[in-house]
This record gives sequence, structure tokens and C-alpha cells, in this order.
Amino acid sequence: MIWIIVGLALWAGGWSLNLWLARRPKSTATSLAVPVVFGLTLVVIWEALVRGLGISPVLLPPPSAIAVRFAASTDVLWEDFVQTVIKGALSGYVIGCLAAFGVALLADRFVFLRRGLLPVGNFVAALPIIGLAPIMVMWFGFDWQSKAAIVVVMVFFPMLVNTVEGLLAAQSMQRDLMRTYAAGYWTTLIKLGLPAAMPFIFNGLKIASTLALIGAIVAEFFGSPIRGMGFRISTSVGQLALDLVWAEILVAAMAGSAFYGAVALIERAVTFWHPSQRGRA
Amino acid sequence: MKSVVPVLTVVGAILVIWYAAAVWLNAPWAYDVAARGDRVLSFAQLVADTWAQDKPKLPAPHQVMVELWQTVVEKNVTSKRSLVYHAWVTLSATLLGFGMGTVLGFALALGIVYNRVMDMSVMPWVIASQTIPILAIAPMIIVVLNAVGLSGLLPKAMISMYLSFFPIVVGMVKGLRSPDAMQLDQMRTWNASRAQEFFRLRLPSSMPYLFTSMKVAMAASLVGAIVGEMPTGAVAGLGARLLAGSYYGQTIQIWSALIMAAVLAALAVALIGVVQRVVLKRMGMA
Repeated sequence: MIWIIVGLALWAGGWSLNLWLARRPKSTATSLAVPVVFGLTLVVIWEALVRGLGISPVLLPPPSAIAVRFAASTDVLWEDFVQTVIKGALSGYVIGCLAAFGVALLADRFVFLRRGLLPVGNFVAALPIIGLAPIMVMWFGFDWQSKAAIVVVMVFFPMLVNTVEGLLAAQSMQRDLMRTYAAGYWTTLIKLGLPAAMPFIFNGLKIASTLALIGAIVAEFFGSPIRGMGFRISTSVGQLALDLVWAEILVAAMAGSAFYGAVALIERAVTFWHPSQRGRA
Repeated sequence: MKSVVPVLTVVGAILVIWYAAAVWLNAPWAYDVAARGDRVLSFAQLVADTWAQDKPKLPAPHQVMVELWQTVVEKNVTSKRSLVYHAWVTLSATLLGFGMGTVLGFALALGIVYNRVMDMSVMPWVIASQTIPILAIAPMIIVVLNAVGLSGLLPKAMISMYLSFFPIVVGMVKGLRSPDAMQLDQMRTWNASRAQEFFRLRLPSSMPYLFTSMKVAMAASLVGAIVGEMPTGAVAGLGARLLAGSYYGQTIQIWSALIMAAVLAALAVALIGVVQRVVLKRMGMA
């Protein structure tokens, strides 16, 4: 009972703190502090409710238990991280994005190919490609190669569609200017086409970054060696070791945010000239 | 209409590559069988064999079509062997999850647009929530909800909801904020109440955004339902067909389930597209 009261009190405290912060003039500090306070409040309520209502740790472990488990099993978590994120997701991401980029360049060069590929690519991008995972496991075996393969297929189409659209972004006036400079195809591509396409390409890279992690983890449900985040999650659920599952989720969330954040940082450095980036400096 | 020929060419090329890949991937098995039977395969025999195996590594398109025809048309719809039955199981979870996700997304967007605290505190967490690979923890959610007593449609629908509310929130926040300052000032000069401002200006101008987000949300919702069916022990649904097929090496069954999922996704998104065209036309926006 005492836990519930503490939880409710902290909730009220966090909420009023946020109300007060939101009424302050907007600054970097407040816009950072408000979501942090909100998140901390959520975690505290979670802890208090689990303790107060006596929820079985088999159903929902309290955050403190997850933190303890996380600290105690860093070696296992690191092994799974390397297997799933570095070997599976990252290698597939790089291969898939490079392949899509190459095909997009071809599609930009040949109008016929673009007219054919763009509708097909748009269609395929909406399909549940994750369903190909069992087939990839069948083709490429249980190890990380099959995970990389499904990631390649998953990231390929969003990346292709975005890159092709980006390569169309240069205006005809700008193209004409390049022609008056007597610039060839490659010069035009490198000095005009690619820079103009960068915002679109980074949009594709961001979408692909979240897809890559999901693909690598889900593919492990269909068969994997005895390490990897998907493997650990599905076996730990079977053993009712939910604190380890949540620790893996924490790793996945941190890896996903770091991945997305890294792409966003590179985007800011590369497309500093774009209106969506300029306002923030 | 200009793009019909190129699209058909690309689709044709995909089919040709598919058939060629079927020969290439299934050839080792065909050679193996032939070697054990002390036969030598001619090229024509090899091709015929690779396109007609029972458990091929990659079934040829016509094998998948035959399987689709048999499981969709020739089986009774209520039979557990009918693909229509499994597709309906998946579709009902998808639609329920999509509905819940749309309502949740709409409510959150309303809060974010009209409440400054929510805008500052909720929005970053909505974005952060999507960096958690929910599909990865789908098995746990299903198992935990099962333990609480929720089973059947609802757990799957909740995974769909989690995936589909995000595009709706992002799209609707953008849409509800799309009226520019001039239009908002105009409403104020007419002494419009907040409700009037919402129903006559903000809501109508958010419609194009809503439909675009709904298409994305529907596709995401279907993926959620399919993955949500995998850990339930492969009882029913397209995800269960995928899992059962992968356990028993029934590649043709996997591919037909995949094609069915693709058809469902295409139909659902196309349906939203039709509604979008009709609504926007009635509103004079298209």
C-alpha cells in the first residue's frame, strides 16, 4: 500500500514539475528536461506499482530487478549484441543500402528502368517482407549470414524508393546550368544530383536503420546458434526469466537509438545546408 | 498509363529470374536424387525436375500458384487447410489493431497539439518507443498477456496497435498543425470557439495527412499481426502457416502464405486509397 501512495505522490510531483517547466520560456534545458522527467516518472510508477500491487516478477519485473540483471549479465548481453547487431544487422544494412544505392543510380540513368522499378518498389516496400525470414534461414543457414540476408531484403526497397526520388530532386534549372558548364553525366551526378538527393537518402537510411534491427532479431526466432538477442529473448521467455528479456530489450532499445542517432548526426553534418537542419543551430 | 510497359517488363524480369533461380537452387537436390538412382539428367529433365519438386529450396511461381489455387478456391472456407481461413484470422487481428492504433494515435495527436506539456513530454517518447524493436518482444507480450488471461485476437491486435499508432500520431500532429497562421487568425476574427476551430479548420485540413498515415499504419499493422501469430504455437493465421512451413520444410506453403499476405496488404492499402479519393473529392481537395 505504501508503495502505491509513494508512486502516486511521485507521479503528481513529476507532473507538476513538468507543468512548471513547460510554462518557463522555451530553452534547450527545458526541452531536454521535460521528456527526461516524464520518462523517470514512468519508471518510478512502474516500480511502485509492481511492488505495491505485488505483481509476480514472472509477468512484469520491476525496473530495479532489470537493472540488477543487466549489470550481472553484461558478458551474455555483449555476446548477443555482437552476434545480432554487429554481425547480423549492421552487415546486412551496409550491403542492402549500397545495393539499393547502386540500383537507384541505374534507375536514374535509364528512365525505362525507373518507370518500371518505382511502382514495383513502392508496392514491395509495403509488403510484410519479414515473412521471408524463414526462407532466408533455410537458404543461408542458422548463423548470422541468414540474418544479414533478411536485413538486406528489408532495407533494400525503402532505400531504393527514397534514393530514386532524391535523385529526381534537382531542379531542371540547375540541370540546365550544369549543361551550360558542359558537365558530363558523372560530374553532374557528383556535384548536383547526389548533394540534392542527400536529404532523401538520409530519410531512407533512417527508416532502414530501425528495420535492420527488427529484421535481425525476428529472423533469429526461426533458428539461430545459441547466442543472439532474438534467441535469448525467445528462450528466456520459455524459462520465465523475464528480467533477462527486459535487459535484452533495453540493449535493443539503446542499440536502436544509437544507430538512429548516429545516422541523424551524419545527416546533420552532410546536409547542413537543408532548411530542416539550418533552423536548429 | 506510360508506365504500364516498364512495370510489366520489370515484373516479367522478376519472374524470369525467379524461374532461373529455382533451377539453380534446386539443382543440387535433383542431381543428388539422380545420382542415387544411377540416372544421368539431361538439361531438359533437370529443368523439369527443379520446377516440380515436393520440398524445393525455391518453388517455381507456378507451383505457388497451384498451391494458392488449391488452398484458396478448392478448400472449404471454414476448413483449417483453407488459406482464406488463415488470412481471415490474420486480417481480423490486423483490422482490430489498426482501429485501436488509429484511435490511440488520434487521441495522442490531439493531446500533443492542444496541450503544451504533452507536446514537450510525450512526443520524444513516442519517437523513442519506435526504436524498441516491438516485433522482437512480441513473443513475450503474447506469453505475458496469455498468463493474465488475454488470449486469441487481442494480444495480436495490441502488437498491431503498437506498430500502427506511431505513423498516425506523427501524421496527425503534422496535419492538425498544417493550417497556417493566417487561417488561424481568420478563425479568431470570426470569434470561433476552440471546437469550431478544430472541426471547421484543423480537422478538414489534416485529412490528406490522415490517409497517408493510415496507409503506412495498415501495412505496419499487418506485419505486427503476422509476427504476433508466430509464438502462439502456430495455431492459426498466416504467421502460423509461415512458422509451420519453416518447421516442416514446406516451402511451397511458406511462399503461398507470403503471397497471401502481400495480397492482403495490397488490398487493404488500396481500400484506404479508394476511401481517400472519395473523401477528398467530396471535400473538394482532390
